[in-house]
Amino acid sequence: MWKWLHSYADPERAYNLSGKLLPWFAMLAIALIGIGSVWGLAFAPTDYQQGDSYRIIFIHVPAASMSMAAYMGMATSAFIGLVWQIKSADWAAAAIAPIGAVITFIALLTGATWGKPMWGTWWVWDARLTAELVLLFLYLGVIALYASFEDKVLAARAAGILAIVGVINIPIIKYSVEWWSSLHQPSTIRITGQSTMPTEMLYPLLINILGFGLMIGAITLIRFRSEVLARNSMRPWVRTLAKAQGVK
Amino acid sequence: MPFDSLSDFLHMGGYAFYVWLAYGVTFGSLGILVIQSMGQKRKVLTEIAKKIQREEHLKENRSNK
Repeated sequence: MWKWLHSYADPERAYNLSGKLLPWFAMLAIALIGIGSVWGLAFAPTDYQQGDSYRIIFIHVPAASMSMAAYMGMATSAFIGLVWQIKSADWAAAAIAPIGAVITFIALLTGATWGKPMWGTWWVWDARLTAELVLLFLYLGVIALYASFEDKVLAARAAGILAIVGVINIPIIKYSVEWWSSLHQPSTIRITGQSTMPTEMLYPLLINILGFGLMIGAITLIRFRSEVLARNSMRPWVRTLAKAQGVK
Repeated sequence: MPFDSLSDFLHMGGYAFYVWLAYGVTFGSLGILVIQSMGQKRKVLTEIAKKIQREEHLKENRSNK
């Protein structure tokens, strides 16, 4: 029943399919992040406690939640690549790692610029913040491991094992605010039950979360396509593309 | 709308520095990431094209002898 999926492990088909999906992801991401950010910055009501500083939430929460989601995506791809020896999955994992690192950096930085006016400090060695910093180092470790082997099959295996072991950090980030007393506030969005946030603030936040997810998808597709080309440089279809591009 | 004017909006209730720093660095670093990612494809293809050119060069020289 699921056998048709296998045909997309073929590099050329994966390359073409991701090229077809890319414009949809990109357009939706730009539209959603545009709407969510303008709504959040200019139209959402001012918070009665935090004033306008809370408007950082509209990029901080999407970046932080998507930094974890992207990690799960990367680790899942790495797992598929390791277990079923599907190279396209390894390339997808390699494509996600640098994006995840940038998103995690954004989560940390926007957290700092929000922490300074509200907590009075840019940084504390708090459970939530430290675990998120570890996430950044995990991403950097995966990038470094993948880059340090000439043989990319071996590189993907080494980086993949690190990515899978690092999954342990994700529940630690997620539940750190409940397990330890933390300066960081607990989550305001509830998947079940009432969110602790008025809807005029919640909608732009949800739009931006979705937008960030789609943006990560779009950039992953872009990087995945280059990775496919780089790993298949001996294939005739890639050589045809290369000749069309020419030497500049 | 919570703001009365453009300058009121830019002022961000006194938190202008923090809010605009956060948004600036976010969209700045995302922009760099997107541009770097989009440039990769051309770089990879050019490299492969160069390799093909070298191989063809070698082939020609061999047949001349």
